[in-house]
Amino acid sequence: MNDLSTMIWKEWKDFLWSGGYSDLLRPLLNIAVLGIILPLSFGQRWIDLDSAPVLIVLFVPFMFVILIISDAIAGERERHTLETLLASRISDRAILLSKVLVAVAYNWAVTLLCLLLGAVVVNLSEGLRQWEFYKPISLFSVVLVLCFLTTLLAASGGVLISLKSATVRQASQTMLLGLIILALAISMAIRFLPPGLTASLTTSQIVLIIVLVLVTLDTILLVASLVSFQRSRLILS
Amino acid sequence: MPESIIHTEYLCRSFGTIKAVDGLSMDVPAGIVFGFLGPNGAGKTTTIHLLLGLLEPTQGRARVMGFDTRSQADEIRNRSGALLEFSGLYERMSAEDNLDLFGRIYCMSGPERKARAKELLTHLDLWDRRKEKVGNWSRGMKQKIAIARALFHHPPLVFLDEPTAGLDPVAAAALHADLTSLVANEGVTVFLNTHNLAEAEKLCAQVGVIRNGKLIAIGNPDELRSRNSLHKIEIIGSGFTEETLTLVQARPEVKQAEIQNGRLLIELNGGNIIGPLVTLIVKSGAEIEDISRGGESLEDLFLTLMQEENQ
Repeated sequence: MNDLSTMIWKEWKDFLWSGGYSDLLRPLLNIAVLGIILPLSFGQRWIDLDSAPVLIVLFVPFMFVILIISDAIAGERERHTLETLLASRISDRAILLSKVLVAVAYNWAVTLLCLLLGAVVVNLSEGLRQWEFYKPISLFSVVLVLCFLTTLLAASGGVLISLKSATVRQASQTMLLGLIILALAISMAIRFLPPGLTASLTTSQIVLIIVLVLVTLDTILLVASLVSFQRSRLILS
Repeated sequence: MPESIIHTEYLCRSFGTIKAVDGLSMDVPAGIVFGFLGPNGAGKTTTIHLLLGLLEPTQGRARVMGFDTRSQADEIRNRSGALLEFSGLYERMSAEDNLDLFGRIYCMSGPERKARAKELLTHLDLWDRRKEKVGNWSRGMKQKIAIARALFHHPPLVFLDEPTAGLDPVAAAALHADLTSLVANEGVTVFLNTHNLAEAEKLCAQVGVIRNGKLIAIGNPDELRSRNSLHKIEIIGSGFTEETLTLVQARPEVKQAEIQNGRLLIELNGGNIIGPLVTLIVKSGAEIEDISRGGESLEDLFLTLMQEENQ
C-alpha cells in the first residue's frame, strides 16, 4: 500500500501537477469541451441524457486516458526513467497499478466535474425557471459507472499497447487505431443483432449486459497487463 | 582477505546466439570502488542487470551482499543504489522531488528525507537550485543528482554505469571529485562500469577487465600494470642511433625495441636482467641519463589486454 501511494504521488508530480501553469492546460481543455462547449450546443438534450451526449461523455475521457497512459508507460521507457525505477525496490505491480489508477481516477473525476458544470451551463444558457439536473438520475449514475469502466478499459488496454510501442507517438497512434476498430466493431455488432433480441430486453437488462461485458473485458485486460508488466521483460524491451 | 560483497560463479547470460556475459567468476571486496572496464558491448551493463536481479542468468550464479540474484533479487534492490546507463531523472520534477521520490520508495520518513536531501544537495553545491526542474539542467548537474539519488537511502552497495559518459573533461573532473568525497563520506562499495580508463585509474582500488563477455583480468590497477610492464624498459638519454637499435634488437633477451621521441623503449622476452644491455648501449656511443621499468598506464594495459585477446 505504501508503494502504491508513493507511485501515485510520483505520477501526480511527474505527469499531472509538476508545478507549472501548463499543467492546467489539459484539464482545462477537457473541461472546456465536455463541461461548456458540448452542453451549450446540445442544450436541454444534454441534461436529458440523450443517446448522443451519453456516447460523447463516454468517448472524450477515453481519448484523454489514451494520452495519459501512453505517456505514463511508453513515455517512461522513451525517457529512460522506467529502467531506474525497475532497479529500485518498488514492485512491478505498484508501478503498473499506480499508472492505471491515476489515469482512471483523474479522468473520472474530471468527467464528473464536467458533467456538474455542464448541468449549470445548460440551466443558465436555456434560462430554465427551475433548477434541473440530469434525468433520470438513475441514468446519470449508470453513465458515471460506464465512464469508470470505459476509462479502465482504455487504461488497461493502453498499458498492453504501450508495452509493445517504442515511443509515446507510436503508442497513441496504435491506441487511436484500436479505438476506431473497437467503435466499428461495436456498431457492426449492434447492427447485426437479431431485432427481436433488443426488443425483448428492458433498458435495465441492456445496461446490465453492457456493464458485465465491460467488467469482463476490464478484468481480462488488467490481468494481462499485470502479467506483461514484469521487470525481466521490460528490461529487455 | 576482505569479505566479498559480490561473488559470481561462471555467470553467463545469452541473448539468442550472442553471449553477453560468458563464464564470469569474480569476487568484489566490500568498501572499495571496483572498476569494471571494457569496450562498448563488452557485457558491462548486462553484468549490472544480472547483479541487480533484473535479468536471470542463463548459467552460473551470483550472490550480492549474500543474497542470490535469482531468488532474492528484491533484497538486493532493497539494499543497493543504481545509476544506470541513463540518469533516469524525472525531468518535469524538481531536484528535490526526484530525491524525495527515492526516499519514499525506500520507506524513509519525511524528516529523514528532508535532512538527507539537504545533506546531499549541500554537499553537491545544489541546495539553492533544489526547486528547479532538472529538465533544464546540464548533463553534468543531472549526473550529480542521479548519483545523489543512488546514495540517498544509505545503501551499502552502489552500481554506477558509465556516470561520466558524455560529460566534458571539466564536468567529469568535478563529478570525480564529488564521487570520491561522497564515497569516502558514505563508506559504500561502488561497482563502477566504465570505459574511461583515466577515471578507473583515479577512483578504483580494484579493476576487472571484460571483453566479449569474458573477464580477462582482475586485480589492483598497480599490480595489473606491473604484471604487464615488468618486462618493459624505458631508457632516457642521448645518442641513440640506428646502430644502437640494431645491436639491442640482436640480443636474445630482447623481444622488441624502438626509439620514440629520443627515448629507447625495450621489451624483454621475460628476463629481468638489464646490465649487459646497458653496457652494450653505452659501448655503442649513447649516453644514458635515466632507466625506468614499466611506467605503463592503465590505458596501455587495457590496450595490451585487448590485443592479447584478439590474438
